[in-house]
Amino acid sequence: MTTTAVQQQGPAAVTPAPTVADHARNYWSRVRGGDIGGLPAVLGLVVLCTVFSIARPSFLTAGNFANLLTQGAATTLIAMGLIFVLLLGEIDLSAGFASGVCAAVLANVVTVLGHPWYVAVLAAVVTGVVIGTLLGVLVAKIGIPSFVVTLAGFLAFQGIALMLMEEGKNIAVRDEVLVAISNRNLPPLLGWLLALVAVAGYGAAQLLRHRNRAARGLVTDPIAVVLARIGGLALILGVAVFILNLERSRNVLITSLKGVPIVVPVIAVLLVVWTFVLQRTRYGRHVYAVGGNREAARRAGIDVDRIRISVFVICSSMAAVGGIVAASRANSVDPNTGGSSVLLYAVGAAVIGGTSLFGGKGRVLDAVLGGAVIAVIDNGMGLMGYSSGVKYVLTGVVLLLAATVDAISRRRSAATGTR
Amino acid sequence: MSATPLLELRGIDKSFGPVQVLRDVAFAAHAGEVTALVGDNGAGKSTLVKCISGIHPTDAGEFLFDGSPVAIHSPRDAAALGIEVVYQDLALCDNLDIVQNMFLGREKRNGIVLDEPTMEQMAAETLAGLSVRTVKSLRQHVSSLSGGQRQTVAIAKAVLWNSRLVILDEPTAALGVAQTAQVLELVRRLADNGLAVVLISHNMNDVFAVSDRVAALYLGQMVAQVKTTDITHAQVVELITAGRSGGLGLTGEPGQGGNGTGTGTGEQPAGSTAGGDR
Repeated sequence: MTTTAVQQQGPAAVTPAPTVADHARNYWSRVRGGDIGGLPAVLGLVVLCTVFSIARPSFLTAGNFANLLTQGAATTLIAMGLIFVLLLGEIDLSAGFASGVCAAVLANVVTVLGHPWYVAVLAAVVTGVVIGTLLGVLVAKIGIPSFVVTLAGFLAFQGIALMLMEEGKNIAVRDEVLVAISNRNLPPLLGWLLALVAVAGYGAAQLLRHRNRAARGLVTDPIAVVLARIGGLALILGVAVFILNLERSRNVLITSLKGVPIVVPVIAVLLVVWTFVLQRTRYGRHVYAVGGNREAARRAGIDVDRIRISVFVICSSMAAVGGIVAASRANSVDPNTGGSSVLLYAVGAAVIGGTSLFGGKGRVLDAVLGGAVIAVIDNGMGLMGYSSGVKYVLTGVVLLLAATVDAISRRRSAATGTR
Repeated sequence: MSATPLLELRGIDKSFGPVQVLRDVAFAAHAGEVTALVGDNGAGKSTLVKCISGIHPTDAGEFLFDGSPVAIHSPRDAAALGIEVVYQDLALCDNLDIVQNMFLGREKRNGIVLDEPTMEQMAAETLAGLSVRTVKSLRQHVSSLSGGQRQTVAIAKAVLWNSRLVILDEPTAALGVAQTAQVLELVRRLADNGLAVVLISHNMNDVFAVSDRVAALYLGQMVAQVKTTDITHAQVVELITAGRSGGLGLTGEPGQGGNGTGTGTGEQPAGSTAGGDR
């Protein structure tokens, strides 16, 4: 508490390097001050997984683990995009049906028109960009509250999806590549290789950053903490890949089923890309600034309207990606793709992961953490034999719980000043 | 000080529709000095500042910067000249840390990646140059700072860009006693570092504590611009409330439109360089 980062002699005047204990103490005081980040989601995951594994041993099998990942994928991808909108304190209620419209475009292009899969994917994502631009312009330039604009979108996109499917007929998606996204696995060796690349990349980035800061005499995290982070990632990825590479086919003679589902690296790449954009680029910094204090951002010369439009574009494009993954999983697109609980699950994932509904606070990783919680509830309750009704109620309660934690931590941080 | 003022305004007029807010205003700010701009609510202080910072265009009058005429049409022009304004409502983002706030909108980059180490170093140097030692870590969020510390960050943000003229809009209005002293000390240090500082304040104690000159606005007219040492507390209050005080201020009927400006600053105590009419 008595360390002074800024001393008379400028940056060269080094403060005593924080020890691991200092680091832990700082982290704890931040948590107490309301900066809890992904902590509730991680704790929730641990508790839920423990409860479900005790109640239903089948929960804790390799097969179910792989199932969980593909189940939560679409929600997680939509939530990633939503986080950008939530960071500005806005909301996109149309993200669910936007993903439905994009999936319908995908199915039409690939099945009805017979174009190759990449044309269809491109068409779906472009549809997302167009939808996002429209929403963003209405919110930023015309000045309609995002709640209203996207509520209108919620209805209208539902209608567009219906029209694209000629009043409700579902369209099959049989393209090999598209179906593979949610239904095929990587060869076990490739899974290990990707995990290795991920850990090596993360480790190199962390160590380089540490060395760079230390060389300039800036305050660094203790090296032990940096190594622990890298080790932690290696452990998690290692265990996950190991489990996913186990044979999970009921009858090996008929078919072999092992490896990391292809959708997992897809999510991982998007997680890395969007995290980079938010944390390491000027654009990301400006998104946080507009979410924190729009007037301050404007005075700092930031084009606030451009930022506001861009987050809706990102959100709808990610909804398109989510729609593609959903279509792949179902092997078809029907008028309910992106409907029912998809949007609420996505918003829930973001909020449960620790993204604030009040804007200015959140990370892309939150979507993955929160998406995992939602998927575990969905999957575990299903295994326990509860009806959809009970599942919805529980998910609703968890979302409410997360929003409560968000509101309370916000109050707390207003009182203690940390955020 | 006899040197050319860093910023000199002559004959500034500004109306919003039928309402004339500034009337033939002359104003000067010298490098290395704190010029206090005082005036009652509605006297035109904020409008004058907005004209200087390029937010409002002026209807008439000239700007001299460093002795040569310049045109300020936008906040960008003002920033290019090295004019920075620290607004009353701070304009900091609570959810960003000190470094991020200081560089907001002008981030240093390395390719497309933000160059955090360089920004952190520059921020540390700037704060050190201002002898700021009250912040614990440059990486703490602004929301965790006290009012005085926030004001410090806002001021440091303004001086980071080799600015030459810093305008502070009531920097101590919301602060406690100790923090006010801290910020005033910082204001003094800015001037001692060679910047021209314009301090807008309602607080006479602040004005007399740090300023070298006092410029008083009364109903859109500059009624006096004198050295702080040549004027008393009571006189400043009279200038603010009545537009004149003894030999200072308006000689005609107060607030009597354009007529008052001809005789504007009246006679000045010896040694003062009134930026008044010529």
